[in-house]
Amino acid sequence: MADTDVRMTVNGMVRRGTVPARLTLADHLRQNCGLTGTHLGCEHGACGACTVLVDGEAVRSCLVFAVQADDTEITTIEGIASADGRLSTVQSAFRDHHGLQCGFCTPGFVISVTAFLRDNPDPSDEEIREALSGNLCRCTGYQGIFQAVRAAAESLRAGSPAPEAVVPAPPDS
Amino acid sequence: MKPAAFDYHAPVDLDEAVGLLGELGEDAKVIAGGQSLVPMLALRLAAVDHLVDLRRVGELRGIEVRDGALWIGAGMTQAAVERSAEVAEAVPLLARATRLIGHFQIRNRGTIGGSIAHADAAAEYPAVALALDAEFEACSPRGRRTLPAREFFTGWWSTALDPDEVLTGISFPRRAGRSGFAIEELARRHGDFAIAGAAVALELDDGERVRRCGIGLFGLGSSVQRAAAAEEALAGAVAADVRPDEIGRTAMTGLDSIPSDLHGPPEYRKRVGAAMVARAWTKALQEARNG
Repeated sequence: MADTDVRMTVNGMVRRGTVPARLTLADHLRQNCGLTGTHLGCEHGACGACTVLVDGEAVRSCLVFAVQADDTEITTIEGIASADGRLSTVQSAFRDHHGLQCGFCTPGFVISVTAFLRDNPDPSDEEIREALSGNLCRCTGYQGIFQAVRAAAESLRAGSPAPEAVVPAPPDS
Repeated sequence: MKPAAFDYHAPVDLDEAVGLLGELGEDAKVIAGGQSLVPMLALRLAAVDHLVDLRRVGELRGIEVRDGALWIGAGMTQAAVERSAEVAEAVPLLARATRLIGHFQIRNRGTIGGSIAHADAAAEYPAVALALDAEFEACSPRGRRTLPAREFFTGWWSTALDPDEVLTGISFPRRAGRSGFAIEELARRHGDFAIAGAAVALELDDGERVRRCGIGLFGLGSSVQRAAAAEEALAGAVAADVRPDEIGRTAMTGLDSIPSDLHGPPEYRKRVGAAMVARAWTKALQEARNG
């Protein structure tokens, strides 16, 4: 069971590592890269807490092995605010609309919503609910989260783009 | 680390991939998007000695017309299928089914070939492939072959693929004539596996008779299956004479391994399945008449 070398760009920084094949991307980010903002809830793809962007696409990092993410570009929750600590539009909206209670699920929600609003800047209420369905909040704070997404969509459309956060667009497929 | 240890291989082309599978035998398993396999490994419902990752295999990508059918590479993500204007136009049933699969984060990784080769009895793509009489291309060290959808799904998570065979692409007939398509399912929450569902692909002739009607059922047995009795009853029937609830009930005859779980006993699933067939038939007919 030989270890494998992996190289990925995480929040703009090149990260190299030598990992066992069974190490998930989530564990690699948390343990080897020290990026513990990516939270692990269920570890089998049900809760969405571990959502990160891989080449711009929101995915569950517990359902990807680190070796599968070799040569990709990753954005975790630590890469969403700008370098000077200014919150992104989505993060601000979560704060302003009480979109979090205990906060455990929040990184996954913020990442999912960031990708969702990039691809669908003017969503209907139904589309917002559907987009949120892949993330679970055990505090059941969904009303606040929903309000936050609607508000974030409005401010993004009104021209307050996310500040210099590292949110690469997905490659053309 | 949740899964048991395994060795990882990332072949760069199809020859290398099937060569590895031939060499490693039953101890190896193919991984594409991993959205079904990784949870099974994490929960240790499955264990492998070798994982052969198809992510670098370019031959598995593409959406194009081949021999009159729409060919979709097995490695295309569900998100790519969802975004494809060509799929929406030529195989609308597939596009509609895609939105019912998991959540967008799952569809960003999960592939069409993975869904079909994994062959979950409650999955949408296998039922759609059945309803449309799709054809599957596979490649092994012994060469390539084509398998019709109706001979592919053989039981719980099992298919006609050999252990050293890779599903490389799926060919769907393009919509033609006066046709209508619908997929209906009942799930407790959006993105959950369906309790029961049905995919209907209907084509009418100029006299309002059923020229062809394929019905794929999911969640109603050990694998997806055709509603043979209902298809037989519909063949050549005058569409206006068909009673949707009756066709729904007919579709539930001859099903012998309907699952029983916390969602309900087989009798309940049958009632749900009949209702889904009736709804899908009604919608497909409406589209065929208008189209």
